[in-house]
Amino acid sequence: MSTVETWRSLLASEDRNADEVVTHARVRDVELPFGAGTLALITLDNGFDHTKPSTFGPRGLLALNDALDQIEARDDLVAVGVTGKPFIFAVGADLNGVPSVRDKDEARLVARLGHDVFRRLGELSVPSFAYYNGAAMGGGVEIGLHCTYRTISAGVPAFALPEAFLGLVPGWGGTYLLPNLVGAEKAIKVVIDNPLAQNRMLRGKQAYELGIADAIFESADFLEESLTWTARVLKGEIEVTRPEVDKGKAWDDAVALARWNLDGKLHGAAPSYVRAIELIAAAKDRSRDEGFAAEDEALADLILSDELRAGLYAFDLTQKRAKKPAGAPAKELARKVTKVGVVGAGLMASQLALLFARRLEVPVVLTDLDQERLDKGVGYAHGEVDKLLAKGRVSADKANRLKALITGSLTKDAFADADFVIEAVFEEMSVKQKVFAEVEEHVSPECVLATNTSSLSVSEMASKLAHPERVVGFHFFNPVAVLPLLEIVRGERTDDAALATAFAVGKQLKKSSVLVKDAPAFVVNRILLRLMAEIIQTVDEGTPIDVAERAAAPLGLPMPPFVLMGLVGPAIALHVNETLHGKFPERFPLSEKFAKFVAAGKRGVYQPDFTLDPEAVALFGGGTNPSTEEQVLERALNGLAEEIRIMLDEGVVAAPEDIDLCMILGAGWPFHLGGITPYLDRAGIAEKAAGGRFLEPGVASVSR
Amino acid sequence: MPRTARDVVFVDGVRTPFGKAGPKGLYAETRADDLVVRAIRELMRRNPSLPPERVDEVAIAATTQTGDQGLTIGRSAAVLAGLPKSVPGYAIDRMCAGAMTAVTTTGAGISFGSYDVVIAGGVEHMGRHPMGEGVDPNPRFLADRLVDPSALVMGSTAENLHDRFPGITKERADAYAVRSQQKVAAAYAAGKIQPDLVPTAIRSVEKGYGLATADEPPRPGTTLEDLAKLKTPFRPHGNVTAGNAAGLNDGATACLLAAEDVARELGLAPKMRLVDFSFAGVEPEVMGVGPVPATEKLLARNSLTMDDIGLIEINEAFAVQVLAFLEHFKIADDDARVNPWGGAIALGHPLASSGVRLMNQLARLFEERTDVRYGLTTMCVGMGMGGTVLWENVNWEGAK
Repeated sequence: MSTVETWRSLLASEDRNADEVVTHARVRDVELPFGAGTLALITLDNGFDHTKPSTFGPRGLLALNDALDQIEARDDLVAVGVTGKPFIFAVGADLNGVPSVRDKDEARLVARLGHDVFRRLGELSVPSFAYYNGAAMGGGVEIGLHCTYRTISAGVPAFALPEAFLGLVPGWGGTYLLPNLVGAEKAIKVVIDNPLAQNRMLRGKQAYELGIADAIFESADFLEESLTWTARVLKGEIEVTRPEVDKGKAWDDAVALARWNLDGKLHGAAPSYVRAIELIAAAKDRSRDEGFAAEDEALADLILSDELRAGLYAFDLTQKRAKKPAGAPAKELARKVTKVGVVGAGLMASQLALLFARRLEVPVVLTDLDQERLDKGVGYAHGEVDKLLAKGRVSADKANRLKALITGSLTKDAFADADFVIEAVFEEMSVKQKVFAEVEEHVSPECVLATNTSSLSVSEMASKLAHPERVVGFHFFNPVAVLPLLEIVRGERTDDAALATAFAVGKQLKKSSVLVKDAPAFVVNRILLRLMAEIIQTVDEGTPIDVAERAAAPLGLPMPPFVLMGLVGPAIALHVNETLHGKFPERFPLSEKFAKFVAAGKRGVYQPDFTLDPEAVALFGGGTNPSTEEQVLERALNGLAEEIRIMLDEGVVAAPEDIDLCMILGAGWPFHLGGITPYLDRAGIAEKAAGGRFLEPGVASVSR
Repeated sequence: MPRTARDVVFVDGVRTPFGKAGPKGLYAETRADDLVVRAIRELMRRNPSLPPERVDEVAIAATTQTGDQGLTIGRSAAVLAGLPKSVPGYAIDRMCAGAMTAVTTTGAGISFGSYDVVIAGGVEHMGRHPMGEGVDPNPRFLADRLVDPSALVMGSTAENLHDRFPGITKERADAYAVRSQQKVAAAYAAGKIQPDLVPTAIRSVEKGYGLATADEPPRPGTTLEDLAKLKTPFRPHGNVTAGNAAGLNDGATACLLAAEDVARELGLAPKMRLVDFSFAGVEPEVMGVGPVPATEKLLARNSLTMDDIGLIEINEAFAVQVLAFLEHFKIADDDARVNPWGGAIALGHPLASSGVRLMNQLARLFEERTDVRYGLTTMCVGMGMGGTVLWENVNWEGAK
């Protein structure tokens, strides 16, 4: 039985993929201009508008197969075209069915169906044309790759093969057809580099420039012009030429470089990237059949991998949970924010002022006691606006508007009509309490007071105010304009209106907010510091820094612990560690050596040439009980699992999902770990060190 | 300082294929603004020597100026078509003569020296905007007997015209309609119509995307017998049927006008010269007679008679209205000068767009008929008006 027939009987006899939103393949005849003949135009359309993009589940693939049957049976056609509904070409496989796949035969069946249907477009007796009219991702891109020719709209906002990012490979032809079309180097950019760069998307013009499309037309009459171009190609008036693909050294070099990059970044931690590069490496010597068969095997393996399940779980968190924060009060309670105050005019304060002005488009006043510091702070924000203008990110009018919005004041009466005041002053409880007390003298009783503290207690900060219910924690991650996470902290007495206002502001700032209890260092810093504490302890005991540094490499975290420490700043790391030590002395011990290291004014353990600084090595030296890489890693992971369990027991966040969301968005922890708890579960660490799994089997892993 | 009027030329014109209005029509799920945008883009593409920033105005007509025909359609269409933001635009309404008025108004502006190059056209999606959508006639029209109650129902005004010209029988109207269908079929077969058409993307949720490449309304095999069977919806035992009138249609047109010297400078090839135009009012209840006084005025002012006119493109809103015009000017029903390639009864009449379709066809005819010097485009207009434009063939052999 062919794969198509097998699927037909599977879908007929079982209640599987019952919730598939089927993408239909509508076929309509088009009389081409210049008497070029009749083209059968397939429109991929799931019947919804662009907010629900078309995807391919088994029913959709069979629908496309039926359309191709119908087309193949005719002898009056000169060509076949494929396009999508308005604004959407197709965004790839419907992955909702993946979690239910339990064995390899079944996984292989999913892989093969895509190939068996899509490849027909490249094997018809007439040429086929893909018209990428809108967003195209994954399988959507691959349908087009199977076609003989491609046109793309200059309006396409997103064109990508994001599979490796999620934990798959573009295995419905992508890893074979793309490098053979544009060469290995360009294919690697799309298949490996972009997914690795926070899942970067191409625009229509870039896809065209890479040689993926043969022609590009403006969106206004993209389809008409594509059909006209088709007619010219068919009549021989236009000859499509593509640069010859270098299958020699250039191919091998590109693959070798990609492997080196990957190894440096992930150390083999994410199997999807490894498989994708293997497939591309081999694609130059394989026949279509061999290439597609190898893709089937890779897909089948990856569909059954925990890394994919963790990736899908992580994707879902960032797409859904991040948009509907667990535990946030009703949106309707939020008060309108028409003016923002920022206490302080240091670097952080200026960055916050710029962010608020850009996103909320309301006046933002910075205050400081010192005119010089104030001028510097406002000047910094205005200078950043000028940089945006120079880069063409804002218009001249917009730049004028933003600069006019950001002003400074030496006195806090400028906050009188502010609805939201955030402090970014020195990280010291008494200073912050004093600042809030001063602000309270001027603002309305409803004005929300927010603190960007990274480790101090929000409740304590509010305790001496007349209206403590208005105080919230509003913890950004550096750089504030870039990192998407915002930890919103509810103090003991914070009321729902203030909290709802904080979430509304977070959304306007385009941040993903997570509700966090008022606990030391909140979520991300507490987990990072626990990891660092464990590692510093092993160094304290005598483990060489480079051994400790390499220990976590198998996880594929964005950076090793000491590099991270350098980035955060050892002094800040020490300060947060001290706060945590104050609360949890056993789990966050104070390292004398680390304190000495900070006292020595060291900014990191590395010299500018990335070799270890001998002074740093000396400061950390003297231990007599070194650990191996494996031992360091084990201790670090055990520590993480223990800490997360305690945090969940304390109710710091609502669920393990929030921990993972925080680590993905605030620390850049990778999808293949699902943040962190799916990894701790699947590696058995949660059961060993934290008394049980964090997530039910199947939630972010293959249910076995 | 005395002004010198400049000569104005019609450089080029295009249109979308016309569709039947309604849920089954070609453009049922296509926006009106997209139709006219497509026409404008193709017009620019066919005249590559025209720098887009040299367009001084975009005047687009629509009768119902709401929804996708609203938002100052001329300006919206210019922006959507990707013309530079420095190119202004506006909306025009004179019901059926919208596009004609877009041409005469902007043409006059060129002659006055205010514009060098303009785009003029029209769009009507009668499926999305049925005639009379959202109108709120002042009760004084009837209370003060300003118009007859039938004045706002176009079919009834056509019936009224049969009363005024008793010699124009239903049989004559039907015979005229059959000839219009035959002429369109012959013109299509000879490839006369297609060059003006802009293939236009169409989409339906059920059928997916397609491409409109030909007019949908024509019924080439229509016979007198077929027409005799049709109902007369406007009067019991009346004369006006769906067969001897234009249908309800969707479509868009656009043309390029320029000062003759500017056209030369920009390497644009003019097809005809705008000599003069005239609009006239008549009683609204017999609006179909409007072209008669408009044309009389125009010919008199230019010291011409109908004998000087070699080609007439008259809009066929109703056969009776064409026949009334012909009868007035003592022209035979089947005179070869009149609508040689057929008219709106077969091709369709998307109200405000039709004026430029007449000009497109006259311009093509002029290219073939270098023996003809003058031609007219003329049409009747709701609320009792008529409009006529006098054109001179730039390729007239007598000038050489």
